[in-house]
Amino acid sequence: MSAEICELPAHEIVARLRTGDLTAEVVLEATLARIEAVEGGGGALNGDPNGANGIHAYITLAEERARAQARAVDRALEAGDNPGLLAGVPVAVKDIFCVSGIASTAGSKILANFVSPYTATPVVRLEAAGALTIGKANLDEFTYGSSNESSAFLPTPRNPWSAGHVPGGSSGGSAAAVAAGEAALSLGTDTSGSIRQPAAFCGIVGMKPTYGRVSRYGMIAFASSLDCPGPMARNVKDAGLMLLAMAGADAFDATAAKVPVEDYLDQIEGGVRGMRIGLSPDFSRLRYPDADTGELREQVLQPEIEKALLESAERLAEQGAEIVEGVDLPAVQYGIPAYFVISRVEAASNLHRYDGVKYGYRSEGEAADLFELYRKSRGQGFGSQPKLRILMGMYVSGEQYEKRYYERALRVRTLIRRDFERAFERVDAMLAPTTPTTAFEIGGIYGDSVAMQYADLLTVPANHAGIPAISIPTGLDDSGLPIGMQLMGPDFTERRLLRMGRALEQLQESRPPLVQERVGA
Amino acid sequence: MAPPEDLVTKTQQSDPTISSEIFRHLVRLAALELDDEEAEYLRRELNQQLQAIRDLESIELPTDLPITSHGVPYSSETRPGLRQDRAEPSDKADAILEQVPEVEERFIVVPDIPHTELE
Repeated sequence: MSAEICELPAHEIVARLRTGDLTAEVVLEATLARIEAVEGGGGALNGDPNGANGIHAYITLAEERARAQARAVDRALEAGDNPGLLAGVPVAVKDIFCVSGIASTAGSKILANFVSPYTATPVVRLEAAGALTIGKANLDEFTYGSSNESSAFLPTPRNPWSAGHVPGGSSGGSAAAVAAGEAALSLGTDTSGSIRQPAAFCGIVGMKPTYGRVSRYGMIAFASSLDCPGPMARNVKDAGLMLLAMAGADAFDATAAKVPVEDYLDQIEGGVRGMRIGLSPDFSRLRYPDADTGELREQVLQPEIEKALLESAERLAEQGAEIVEGVDLPAVQYGIPAYFVISRVEAASNLHRYDGVKYGYRSEGEAADLFELYRKSRGQGFGSQPKLRILMGMYVSGEQYEKRYYERALRVRTLIRRDFERAFERVDAMLAPTTPTTAFEIGGIYGDSVAMQYADLLTVPANHAGIPAISIPTGLDDSGLPIGMQLMGPDFTERRLLRMGRALEQLQESRPPLVQERVGA
Repeated sequence: MAPPEDLVTKTQQSDPTISSEIFRHLVRLAALELDDEEAEYLRRELNQQLQAIRDLESIELPTDLPITSHGVPYSSETRPGLRQDRAEPSDKADAILEQVPEVEERFIVVPDIPHTELE
């Protein structure tokens, strides 16, 4: 295929704008035309769950904002000014980030009418770098899910590689939009895998940076000790470019670390010669719920994923990396149980602010008193996934349970962190599959909250440890669904991970089938 | 609000479940109004999650193992300082008030706030 303008890599768009070969307005209009061709309508509150055929990646489009930004970029270019690192690059913002003047819904009825008075720091920085905010991408409600099916905005996004399969989640709209050429980049968030898992399912690159590398200011909080904003892109170089534009300390986020931001691109073609990359049996022997019975039992990876893992290791070895087998990470098997506790406690705390008083949804009709207003507004405004997290958070942090669950989970997190610290004494990075399976069918798991959580089995350890990790597309399984491999490294080694990822990535030459159906092969 | 007896006694047992009484207590704490069908679904899922969490209890943890409240440690060089706790004027008051569901003369309107008259 010859790439259309909307399919160009972000770094190529920037380069061609600078030579005068393209304008930001041309890039934007090409992207809007792609959205028109493939989107089939975005998600809407009370929308038709089946909807028209299409990708349904977005909740809100921001054409006018993007057009004004494109004109500003083109004016800067004409005047000979530096238009920025991401000049003219269309970006889909996961609808968990506040953007002033545009609805910021978190995929929830309770925030469906909320228009933020301010803009999240990562978005401020992307826009300052010349990026075009093209719209707000659909997501699991408040990011609570791994399939994007829990959004209150319907229809939910489809996987561009198969309409019957989920795009993953929670950044499902983001991944689908990027894979389908409806944006060059997307800003996602990763609390237990919400960037990497949908990236793997949709055949794109997704990076969870080190905790504290990118500011969380203006990101609607889920689990504040785990949440990480990060880039989603069609190739590794673009992910690095996007991270470069966003990373760094922020006076508005007391957890955004004062660690100098490295140049993520200058060594990206440097290869992996001499680097030590570890494989762990603990990422291949997995305990997760049986698809039929729901019982937790030890299972093996999907065979094509196991094969892709070995091929990826070989690919890196052929380029001069030293593959170190048998790196033990025994505590990672407790990642999901510990996450069930920690994330719920933090979510329950973060969700208490939604009460129908200051903003968002307020229940209709009379309420006898303020407490009834709270109960009705929250009962009607939240979907079942936020409710589950609030209730579980209340339970495991109760005074009589705290030692048994919450404190224990925080100590298990110490074990997971120590496992990685020990591993990184031996290796520069760990290589593992991003997901135990490729994308699952729509409706296949949704509703079973335990099985859904286990979709993050391989991604959540990096969140507990706080370390950076990047998911790289490495091919397709026998059904034509994308496979992703992740590289995990020590704190603040994004530059090296991107360089390794560049050596590993296998970019798809063909368009995803849903896009082919509408715009041709 | 004191937890029901059931909530306390269950903690002593090795196989905890969320009974309907504990569930009602949690729903009260969570300030949620639920219909019966949703309540049943949520309680079932909570109990399944508890089963999954039970793995945690089988892990042997050294008694001196500290907690980790977030993965990446901060040093004095990397820890961002807190901003000064100082009131600053904002130009966003109108935009904030525009988001309030019910306003009267720039006051937020709520129903009766439960209270007890002091003698």
